[in-house]
Amino acid sequence: MSAPGDQDLQQYRSYLLRYALLQLRDPALAEDVVQETLLAALEGRAGFSGKSSHKTWLTGILKHKIIDAIRRKSREQPLTSADDESETDAIDALFKPDGHWQRFPASWGDPERSLEDRKFWEVLEMCSRLMPARTARVFMMREVMELTTEEICKELAITPTNLWVMLHRARLSLRECLEIKWFGNPAK
Amino acid sequence: MLSCKEVSVLLSQAQERRLGPGERLGLELHLMLCNGCTNFRQQLDFMRVALRRCVNREDQP
Repeated sequence: MSAPGDQDLQQYRSYLLRYALLQLRDPALAEDVVQETLLAALEGRAGFSGKSSHKTWLTGILKHKIIDAIRRKSREQPLTSADDESETDAIDALFKPDGHWQRFPASWGDPERSLEDRKFWEVLEMCSRLMPARTARVFMMREVMELTTEEICKELAITPTNLWVMLHRARLSLRECLEIKWFGNPAK
Repeated sequence: MLSCKEVSVLLSQAQERRLGPGERLGLELHLMLCNGCTNFRQQLDFMRVALRRCVNREDQP
């Protein structure tokens, strides 16, 4: 495969933007990193080896740009022990004092079928916006960018224990939201 | 016997690291008796699949 032309790059723009927005939750910042990515792609065309698809190549560049942006952000507002506490509180709120679920997770039937439904993705994105921005960023680094625990801890200078708590909170929060707004919603 | 809250923590961590034998035993014993946590386990796997796919779907303009 040859290096992508200008038109090819533009074609991936909306995909890149959606990816960046999901991570960063800041439209202006997402726009910036996508621009930087397209620029880097244009300047670095010679670096395109042809071994991967254009999309994979662009996503690789975008990931680096997003991580840089997140690193800058986390330097400006480092995690405090108050943040840890609010994560723990959010988890506690979903359980009774004796450790039982407040809302017992219901069966989602055959959830894979939802992946074919466009409305499901809108609900998923809406639910991920309900998490605090910081929690969502960490969660998306893990689940969408597929960074390892070690990589995330290194980038954000947090411990694995901090990270696990944040991921757990994010998962519980997403689960709750999907169950209420989608799987348990007869009007969907 | 582990509580649902403790089990939910272990299930979430199982997505990040290999649990120890004691943890796995406690988990399996609880899951045998608890539909809610069994559902949660399946939901964790599903959410991971969904999030990985959500940026790659082609249905958006």
